[in-house]
Amino acid sequence: MLVHLRRSLVMAVICLVVFGFIYALAGTGVSQLLFRNQADGSLSANGSTLIGQPWNLTKCPGHPLGSCVFQGRPDDLGPYADTEKNNPSPAGHPGDDPLALNGAAGESGATNLGPRSSTLVTFTKQLVKYWHARGVIPTPDLVTTSASGYDPDISQKDALVQIPMVAQATGIAPAKLKALIVSETQAPQWGFLGAQFIDVLQLNEGLAALK
Amino acid sequence: MSFFFVILALVLTLGLTWRYLGSYMEAVFNGRVHWLGFVERPVYRLLGTSPEQEQTWKRYAGAMVVFSLVSLIFTYVILRVQGSLPLNPQKVGAVGPALSFNTSVSFLTNTNWQNYGGETTMSYFSQIGALTVQQFVSPAVGIAVAIAMVRGFARRKSPTIGNFWVDITRCMFYILLPIAFIFGIIFVGEGAVQTLAGTATFHDVLNGVTQTMARGPIGFMESIKQLGTNGGGFLNANSATTFENPTGLTNFLSIYLLLAIPFALTYTFGKMVSSVKHGATLLAAMVLLFGIWVGFTSYGEHQNNPAVAKAGITATVGNTEGKEVRFGDTQTALFGVASTNTSTGSANASYDSFNPLGDLGLLTGMMMGEVTPGGTGSGLYTILIYAIIAVFIGGLMIGRTPEYLGKKIQAKEVKLAGLGSLVMPLIVLVITGIAVSTVEGRAGPLNRGPHGFSEILYAITSQGNNNGSAMGGLTGNTAFYNIVGAIDMLVGRFGIIIPALALGGALAQKDVVPESLGTFRTDNSMFVGLTVGVIVIIGGLTFFPAIALGPVVEQLTHLRFF
Repeated sequence: MLVHLRRSLVMAVICLVVFGFIYALAGTGVSQLLFRNQADGSLSANGSTLIGQPWNLTKCPGHPLGSCVFQGRPDDLGPYADTEKNNPSPAGHPGDDPLALNGAAGESGATNLGPRSSTLVTFTKQLVKYWHARGVIPTPDLVTTSASGYDPDISQKDALVQIPMVAQATGIAPAKLKALIVSETQAPQWGFLGAQFIDVLQLNEGLAALK
Repeated sequence: MSFFFVILALVLTLGLTWRYLGSYMEAVFNGRVHWLGFVERPVYRLLGTSPEQEQTWKRYAGAMVVFSLVSLIFTYVILRVQGSLPLNPQKVGAVGPALSFNTSVSFLTNTNWQNYGGETTMSYFSQIGALTVQQFVSPAVGIAVAIAMVRGFARRKSPTIGNFWVDITRCMFYILLPIAFIFGIIFVGEGAVQTLAGTATFHDVLNGVTQTMARGPIGFMESIKQLGTNGGGFLNANSATTFENPTGLTNFLSIYLLLAIPFALTYTFGKMVSSVKHGATLLAAMVLLFGIWVGFTSYGEHQNNPAVAKAGITATVGNTEGKEVRFGDTQTALFGVASTNTSTGSANASYDSFNPLGDLGLLTGMMMGEVTPGGTGSGLYTILIYAIIAVFIGGLMIGRTPEYLGKKIQAKEVKLAGLGSLVMPLIVLVITGIAVSTVEGRAGPLNRGPHGFSEILYAITSQGNNNGSAMGGLTGNTAFYNIVGAIDMLVGRFGIIIPALALGGALAQKDVVPESLGTFRTDNSMFVGLTVGVIVIIGGLTFFPAIALGPVVEQLTHLRFF
């Protein structure tokens, strides 16, 4: 019994040192050496290509908020704009406030509403209304929230349906927008891993260049 | 079409892994691998042990229990004092007592159930020194127990079944560490974050928004999280976040890593008992069930979300609520099945928003006792318990004394196997019953109607099977769920490990009976069918009433919303 205890203590310390600190620190060292940009979060001038942003808050003079850019998943939109209100639980049902705007990082997470939730029906209807008001016939991605709460991507179809809205607010010809969308579309990795997608930040950077 | 290529790529890579990692692991545990001898030997010196010092099953189990207790205390203390420790750039305070207890039990038992959101609760010190450490230790303990049990079949008239300290040391240094390190580099190269620099804040001039994002040493935790079938992520949304699982490739590699060791251990088993065919037989049972579950769950998630359809959006197929665009619905479901069938529990989507059939697939994957292929080590020792029951039933049918690998399966072995297979359903159903009949338990679910019941059942099933997968709507960070969850995890882990070691000890002492014409064959397709039957009947019959009240009712109540 005592010999078990002594060995356990020694082993726990060895594990703490080797599989905790040496592993994580050596990993950080190698990562920073080989892939500095990725290891720091793929940051560029306007944010990270891996982190979705609330594009719906973009000010568009003379037009509704967010209509002069391509928008991402509605993780911060309409009924999901303030999850504290929707999910008042103190334990915080991981809300859609992953990147709190007040300078503190929040938690990533989904709405966790089930497929037969009447709340989900109500919220989805509100989002459909939001898109219709902007002349967009929404796809499923545009009325459903992501799993992380900051999905940076949309599908090609999600971008194409937004063309009427963006064209009206920016005055850019729909054909030009379509060409931009096609050029920004990324095929599934190696042709079969994952799905086809567009990074919304890169798409909007391309759009800003067109303006 | 791309789904077909993903499956093909998985079959090819896992096939090679089964053969070569399986045989490498056999060499490791039989002491023929020495390339890290310069680390291995000092560890034995510090521990005061050596590979020659063998243990009886009781000493082996004793060492395992004491070490687990010490690990539990280490983890608990780190979480409680993290506010005063270094590597805490976000200045998070101590984790509360009930949550610390639940979390330390969770990582100790290879469950990785998370009642907390990592980015707002845990310091980097805790993530590295408490959680990542257990992500190496707990799979090593599981694999060591499986190997010790296999030695029971491999040895003749032996009072001992190996040395616990030597087994876990070899497992961590020769198997887990090198693979996790290499895949950690790949994950970071693809975009997973690995930094100690704390959060990053940026301002986007295009939309005028300023955001702050959580970062941390994530990429290298990611690789061991999947390889060790742990599942506890750095961030709350786990493998759904781009910082943990950035691309289609990392999603594929995650699935590969989850399945690698649990499948390969059947080869290790076959080689250790000198009959690879017996290992292949168990593999066939695992693959058969796993394949059916992949098909079923992917089909479920390829359907429209009823709530979204009700709101008028029926344009394309697939449930997109709580899923990430870059993975697509079927590869998301494949990840979900791989993580629930391996006792991992990592998530690249919100399982709470899965369609009823999708959730049914995930839930029943766990209810089969985590043997398809199950967790690292736990999958093998649990399916061996089922195989003993299958042999016993086969023996009853033809009226002979059952034998498995030349070892007579007698009353003692059957009793231990019965105990090992009934502990999990018992604890899961009793605790679910307690949860739904108390106010504290019923306060948990976010969703109403049958889906709310599913959330409770899913949580208790997941913890009882040491999986850690969650339907995230359940508010688990309450005194009630923290404590019953911890009991659930402890019983689900040690209630099977100890009978498994006792079985190993009992079998090791027996001599081998020579094979005769009348011996019941345990290495053919007939035995695959019998084992699959035992797994499905034990899981199916015990849990059918429970799942009927959850996902089944939810699927059948057309057009009703709660």
